[in-house]
Amino acid sequence: MIPAAFEYYRPTDMDGVLAILAEHGDDARVLAGGHSLIPMMKLRMAEVPHLIDLQDVGGLKGITVEGGTIRLGAMTTQTEIIGSDTLTAAAPILREASLQIADPQVRYMGTIGGNVANGDPGNDMPGLMQCLDATFHLIGPDGTRYVAARDFYEAAYMTDREDDEVLTAVSFDQPVGGYAYEKQKRKIGDYATAAAAVQIVKEGGKCTSASIAMTNLSDTPIYSQEAGAALVGTVVDDAAMDAAVAAMLGDIDPTEDNRGPIEFKRHVASLILRRAIARAWSRA
Amino acid sequence: MSNKMHIKLTVNGEAHEFLAEPRELLIHTLRERLDITGPHIGCETTHCGACTVTMNGKSVKSCTVFVAQANGADLTTIEGIGDPDNLHALQTSFKEHHGLQCGFCTPGMITRAAKFLEENPNPTEEDVRFGMAGNLCRCTGYQNIVKAILATADELNAAKEAAE
Repeated sequence: MIPAAFEYYRPTDMDGVLAILAEHGDDARVLAGGHSLIPMMKLRMAEVPHLIDLQDVGGLKGITVEGGTIRLGAMTTQTEIIGSDTLTAAAPILREASLQIADPQVRYMGTIGGNVANGDPGNDMPGLMQCLDATFHLIGPDGTRYVAARDFYEAAYMTDREDDEVLTAVSFDQPVGGYAYEKQKRKIGDYATAAAAVQIVKEGGKCTSASIAMTNLSDTPIYSQEAGAALVGTVVDDAAMDAAVAAMLGDIDPTEDNRGPIEFKRHVASLILRRAIARAWSRA
Repeated sequence: MSNKMHIKLTVNGEAHEFLAEPRELLIHTLRERLDITGPHIGCETTHCGACTVTMNGKSVKSCTVFVAQANGADLTTIEGIGDPDNLHALQTSFKEHHGLQCGFCTPGMITRAAKFLEENPNPTEEDVRFGMAGNLCRCTGYQNIVKAILATADELNAAKEAAE
């Protein structure tokens, strides 16, 4: 399992990263934790002639919660997310989802930035970021621009990020109400057969807002606006959940693979979403 | 492209310097270049954990780290945890509780368990199973591995109390 040869760079600032990207275009890729990219390189499904390691670039790590806004630097690892009491107090769904990613060794290395920027439909953070209506921060030769997570994903491994840009951070408003990240997987370390991220707000016994996104059920994460809308104004009873699940099933487009045929995936997606809504509601 | 780079590593307290292609995987560096053969190659696809080492205080699967990324790193392998004349408490405990059969996964298992107990000295059984989920064993069914780790935690805590 030897990848193709590459030139290795370890710049110490973002200007250095951008200069290499500008010079080599799509022959260059940035490396965060490497736990998506390195396996692809070893399988020679990805060839990266110029590999830019971000580990020494300053300012890419850290979690801040300020004025109702949460910001995570791109190089923040899943282990750091799980261990952050500040983040868990402000947005507990991040910890709940991170604990369901891969295994301890992978979580020490895997980063939020790599997870969202890679564009793998199996990754958990993209769907979660869509649920939270997060904003991605992209730096390029013309400065920083901001893209909504809900607009970022175009197809498997295809995103709105340009070849000369680097995703430096994600940010989102501190969520309110109940939450749940529910994931069905065949074994530890596997991607989801289906996963659901739910945030739900309850006032006077009724749901006043709900946000629902699904993982690994299309070639992009799926934010199902209609599934959330189906819960609003209800007491989140069986009928409301049926409506939300039906709306979600209208938005996903799973394909058959070694996790099962399409009908099975739709079945699992229904169960997982139902569980996620029930748990989020119980916490709202 | 034979673009070798100058690499410096500290492994089990010993400094090493050599030239290597950046694409060399850390597990290959350890086993083939430095003759540190405790970490094993099981799957070479980030699944099994047999190649687990501690890098800068983190348990990592050394099949999924390029040697270039590890440049400057401080590494600990099973060789740095104990030796036949001076076994680590985990090694004794694995032996006593039959925490191994064929032994192939054991170096990675113990390297990970040592880091796990450092981070969580008072684990529940569930904590152990969750914290060890990145290491596969095809022989034991895990029961005795979990027992061995829990027993080690008790032993280390008792020793610590006795010392205080």
